[in-house]
Amino acid sequence: MPAALHAEWTKLRTVAGPAWLLAAVVTLTAAVSALTVQANRCPAGAVCAVDTTRLSLTGVQIGQAVVAVLAVLVISNEYSTGMIRVTLAAMPRRAVVLAAKAAVLSSLVLAAGVLAVAGSLLAGRLILPGHGFTPAHGFALLSPATPSVLRAAAGSVLYLALIALLSLGTATIVRDSAVAVGIVLGLLYLFPIVANVVGNASWHRHLEQIGPMTAGLAIQATTGLRSLPISPWAGLGVLAAWAAGALLVGGLLLRLRDA
Amino acid sequence: MTAPTMTPYRSDAPPGRDGFAQLVRAEWTKFRTVRGWLIGTLIAALVTMGLGWFAGVGGSSSCSTGNGPARSGRSCAPTFTQGPGGEPVTDNFYFVRQPLAGNGSITVRVTSLTGQLPIMNNHLGNPNQQEQFRPGLQPWAKAGLIIKDGTAQGSAYAAIMVTGDHGVRFQSDYTQDTPGLPGAVSAASPRWLRLTRSGDTITGYDSADGTHWTQVGSARLNGLPKVAEAGLFATSPIYQSFTENFGGGSSGSEEPSTATGVFDQVGLSGSWPAGAWTGSYVGSGDYSPGIGSYRQSQGRFTVTGSGDIAPVVSGPSGPGGPVITIANLLIGTFAGLIALIVVATLFITAEYRRGLIRTTLAASPRRGRVLAAKAVVIGSASFVTGLVAAAGAVAVGEQIARSRQFIFPVSWATELRIVVGTAALIAVVAVLALAAGAMVRRSAAGVTLVIAIVVLPYFLAIIAALPDSVADWIVRLTPAAAFAVQQAVPAYPQVEAIYSPAGGYYPLPPWAGLLVLCGWAALALTAAIWLLRRRDA
Repeated sequence: MPAALHAEWTKLRTVAGPAWLLAAVVTLTAAVSALTVQANRCPAGAVCAVDTTRLSLTGVQIGQAVVAVLAVLVISNEYSTGMIRVTLAAMPRRAVVLAAKAAVLSSLVLAAGVLAVAGSLLAGRLILPGHGFTPAHGFALLSPATPSVLRAAAGSVLYLALIALLSLGTATIVRDSAVAVGIVLGLLYLFPIVANVVGNASWHRHLEQIGPMTAGLAIQATTGLRSLPISPWAGLGVLAAWAAGALLVGGLLLRLRDA
Repeated sequence: MTAPTMTPYRSDAPPGRDGFAQLVRAEWTKFRTVRGWLIGTLIAALVTMGLGWFAGVGGSSSCSTGNGPARSGRSCAPTFTQGPGGEPVTDNFYFVRQPLAGNGSITVRVTSLTGQLPIMNNHLGNPNQQEQFRPGLQPWAKAGLIIKDGTAQGSAYAAIMVTGDHGVRFQSDYTQDTPGLPGAVSAASPRWLRLTRSGDTITGYDSADGTHWTQVGSARLNGLPKVAEAGLFATSPIYQSFTENFGGGSSGSEEPSTATGVFDQVGLSGSWPAGAWTGSYVGSGDYSPGIGSYRQSQGRFTVTGSGDIAPVVSGPSGPGGPVITIANLLIGTFAGLIALIVVATLFITAEYRRGLIRTTLAASPRRGRVLAAKAVVIGSASFVTGLVAAAGAVAVGEQIARSRQFIFPVSWATELRIVVGTAALIAVVAVLALAAGAMVRRSAAGVTLVIAIVVLPYFLAIIAALPDSVADWIVRLTPAAAFAVQQAVPAYPQVEAIYSPAGGYYPLPPWAGLLVLCGWAALALTAAIWLLRRRDA
């Protein structure tokens, strides 16, 4: 296993793409978060029902798309170049190959996620008080010392890693980068879009409970926990189940099929 | 020894034709012989239709309206008052009336329009709380004259009125609205109003002094009976207070407001057989309790009312239960788009991956034409797919939804625009994806790029936590502007509402939105052709 990890790390380290994509995850997440925070205001005297933590972490909803691309490319690039045959010849235990890829990928995404989430929260902490979200108005300064904020931040980092694993599993199943990216982004964004037009309250709730993104992002909520479709950690659990399912099917197919 | 003469080889086969048509045929052959692409196209059509049908079913099992009891089955369909054109309308007001037999006219002077607004305690639907009011006037509070086809809700009418903020207006049959004299009404500057009936035609006039009259507008009310109801009215729309509109949810509370108009110098001409005034509230309205009254003393009428005479504009979660528009049935467009974006991107990036691009360009060295031929093929294939999918989603979805939910009725022309517009949207996005694929030459990058500029802006504008002003700009500038082509319910300026992308209202007119997308696609295609010419393949 250490050799496999080392091999995967070398593969990722020695091409330019992953580094650029990881940088994009950090900058895009932080930038979208900052812009969203910048666009929102709470005028004096108004009642603002805003979860400032969640607002500051909006960028995760966009940054996850880049994470998905990175994770898909980790395996589908090997298929498009034929490298997969060399890999499997060198390491015939295919489950180990996939596990090594998952481990290296998720640690990289975790590292990038920490930076991205920290940047987003910092933007919120710096910008929000100037926009009316002051402690006097009932909005405490964002701080990782607050347990719910810490849970939202750590959960968002885990969320990004789980999105990476879901994408890796999907790409292992379909073996084509374009199709895999289409499927993953469809899975992520279609649930909230479709749930938005379903008028029936319980259907709406169920859709949000099973959607990998809608359920997983429940981890970002710090206020109004009762009105969430699913509790924060259970939501992250739903996403973990999606990721585990995709990896399992992907691993199984990797073993059964010719490369 | 004589040297053998060598004749160069000439193929007996007739020379193949070249030209753009042949190129299109070659690209079509490539498209139709790759099984994966056909499956992708088929999936695009199926998920578009399937999600549309799902949205049609979406309110069936237990739809509860507000804090009312959960109901099921057919009774879920909300009971909207329907106007003469079949559109859902609000028709609640206080009516001081007399029958008007045949032609005639009524003239009145309005000296004051005041109102009461509810004090919103942010108690969000606590029924135990008593209604409390403060003085204030809704911008579209109305008081004036009306001639109406009976007192049934939703019947035809024409009215001339003073309003809170919008001066004198002549309105008819809920959707029509013509401005008259501007400015607010007061004792110092009263407004004179006149409504005359001649057959089916009602004409409204206004005047600042009672002698110089200006025609504001006229309306033809088809089938107006000989004896119509005419008189004075007052009404004031529901007061809505929105805390902040995050995530497309309308997290606000709504309570009734009232308006009081003071009228004098009432002049009648023509046949008014009753000879006396009757006051009553038109409509009971689950939304505005029948607040209203009138007082008459020495030729002076004080009429107070609450409600509105206007089209209903609410979006998916309108008052009274599950209301959907045809646009809701087309929600699957997104899934279809993603599938077709993948196919369209692969249509060019697969050539790079397999090296086929070198053969293609050797056979047809004029590179711009190759890409143009590809665009024609993928554009037409996507248009046909989109047309089938959109028509199927709307036609079947309407049948499914009809018994369960209320579908905003729209004219067949609007329906056609939405279906054909959706197909065009899908086709142009496919061309955009082809161009993006030709530019970046990598499948994953191309697919992500196009999804990022088409689907994500819609997601950000409609689902995410962006304020409406930012969301408006997103759906003006990005390719997602094209979703304006799916707007089913028009925005009425005479109804105060939040016309935001989240509610299904787009800032651009339908075809202009599509044009924005076409601009992006044209730009991308030009850049792709330029790059294809400039770079080695």
